[in-house]
Amino acid sequence: MKESKYRVIWQRFRRHKMAVVCLAILTVLILMAILAPVIAPYSPTKPAGKFSQPPSAEHILGTDKIGRDMFSRILYAMRVSLLVGFLATAVSTAVGVALGLISGYFGGAVDKAIMGFTDMVMSFPYILLVLVAAAIFQPGMWSIILILGFVDWPGVARLVRGNVLSLRETNFIKSDVTAGMPRRYILFSEILPNTVAPVLVYATSVFALSILDEAALSFLGMGVQPPTPSLGNLLNGAESLSVLTGKPWLWIPAGSVIILLVVCINFVGDALRDAFDPKNS
Amino acid sequence: MWKYILKKLLLAIPVLLGITIIDYAIMSLAGSPLDMLVGPRISQGTVAARAAQWGLDQPIYVQYWNWLVEVLHGNLGYSYKSYQPVADLIASHIGPTLLLMGVSMILGLLLAVPAGIYSAVHRYQKRDYAVVSASFLASSIPGFFLALILIYIFTVVLGWLPSSGMITAGTGGDAADVARHMVMPAIVLAVGVAGGNIRYIRSAVLEILEMDYLRTVTAKGMGRGLVIRRHALRNALLPIVTVIGMQIPTLFGGAVIVEQLFSWPGLGLITMNAVTGRDYPVIMGVCLLSAVVVLVSNLLTDILYAVVDPTIKY
Repeated sequence: MKESKYRVIWQRFRRHKMAVVCLAILTVLILMAILAPVIAPYSPTKPAGKFSQPPSAEHILGTDKIGRDMFSRILYAMRVSLLVGFLATAVSTAVGVALGLISGYFGGAVDKAIMGFTDMVMSFPYILLVLVAAAIFQPGMWSIILILGFVDWPGVARLVRGNVLSLRETNFIKSDVTAGMPRRYILFSEILPNTVAPVLVYATSVFALSILDEAALSFLGMGVQPPTPSLGNLLNGAESLSVLTGKPWLWIPAGSVIILLVVCINFVGDALRDAFDPKNS
Repeated sequence: MWKYILKKLLLAIPVLLGITIIDYAIMSLAGSPLDMLVGPRISQGTVAARAAQWGLDQPIYVQYWNWLVEVLHGNLGYSYKSYQPVADLIASHIGPTLLLMGVSMILGLLLAVPAGIYSAVHRYQKRDYAVVSASFLASSIPGFFLALILIYIFTVVLGWLPSSGMITAGTGGDAADVARHMVMPAIVLAVGVAGGNIRYIRSAVLEILEMDYLRTVTAKGMGRGLVIRRHALRNALLPIVTVIGMQIPTLFGGAVIVEQLFSWPGLGLITMNAVTGRDYPVIMGVCLLSAVVVLVSNLLTDILYAVVDPTIKY
């Protein structure tokens, strides 16, 4: 029964050819990021050749202003950016699911308080919150993860709450309540599994957004700090006119990797949404 | 109707208070502006005097309360850096930001609304896939990277457009000059707006196209073009109105980064400077302003919604 359910989802997913291609690209990129220490020909933080060299046989993406190999730096940057995106998504999804479950199941004053807080965070131009927080806590990878994690949860919370509210009206939950099942069982064994699909779909878009936000913050110098490379802070140097005009290998590859990652995640998320939708047959 | 608006306004007050409390708490958590003063030439006494002058020697909740009382008296405080009143600082920078945001939003919607409708009407055809793919691409390009590409093409290679500021230095700056400076920042923001909304508008229109009443008019023998123009689009206005409201916080966030990149003399630029310099009164002033703008736009969305949809009752 379970087995066939996954097969149906996979069959529906496969109909989106773009998404299948994107999934393949994404898998390759993630593998490259994980295996960076094995693949990278040089150290990402130590000079490996002459400075500001255009791409050549030894350095396929050239070297930066102090002679570090750009290909190695991009591999490690992908690792950092994917990690930040993934963990920030995990934090925001966990917070959102917890608050959404509580809010939807208990209702009443608890629900009002949580949803009020959610509205507050939602109606906030959140880049401002992120900027203020990033300026105040020591900038770095871990604070960026926490900041993005605590800014992106309201969407998940609303989604889960809505789902719980509609599930509460279904017959199988009502019968659980009548049968006197413990609350914990109803919440975690009955309601939670039924909200996994929409949450997963939503999480893919949060993942894509987190990667974009990390890039923007690191680009502004408030995210991941050099010498640790991230896709955003690699682009930081491109603000100077000499890099922008004369050394395109320093910024075009890093920017293209961000676009590729985010586009692929978005396409996969969109296909998942279709595949999970029970209305499609 | 008026009762409804009044109720919404009253509900917005606690939200606004809550937002300012969160702002103040986050701002105060770790970084004190006094840390920025410390240097070899500054004595302990000077720092203490500054702390007393700015009220920073008091507990955070007292500081917040003092700020709130002053704001209710119409005083947003003075910048720690330039000693200018925050209200003046905001007043002199809000114009360029509003101009940029307004133009970008109109441009973005002019792209997104027709594209979304076109895509929905031609569902599951090649044209639909092309539009949807383009919208994915548009929402996946980081704004700052798009800005770099545009600067590279239009300023460096072609030399057509200026890449920073709002008017050419040394000239009075007529409308055409401002427009030339605005092209690139507006495109960057508009692409973001369009990318996020095409799919939303597409699915909203699709939902309407499947309604029974549309099937009825089609069954009556009305032509497809007329069905879409006379019946579907009118009902699609509703989701489009909500889209406009939802844009404002995002647009403001995008404007902060774009203004920084293009040295556009707006609120984003002073916000970044205030954030890096821990200029508390300026940060709070901008946060308060943006919160008010967001809440007012939410309210306007609700009212517009009611105007567009006659079935909504209060």
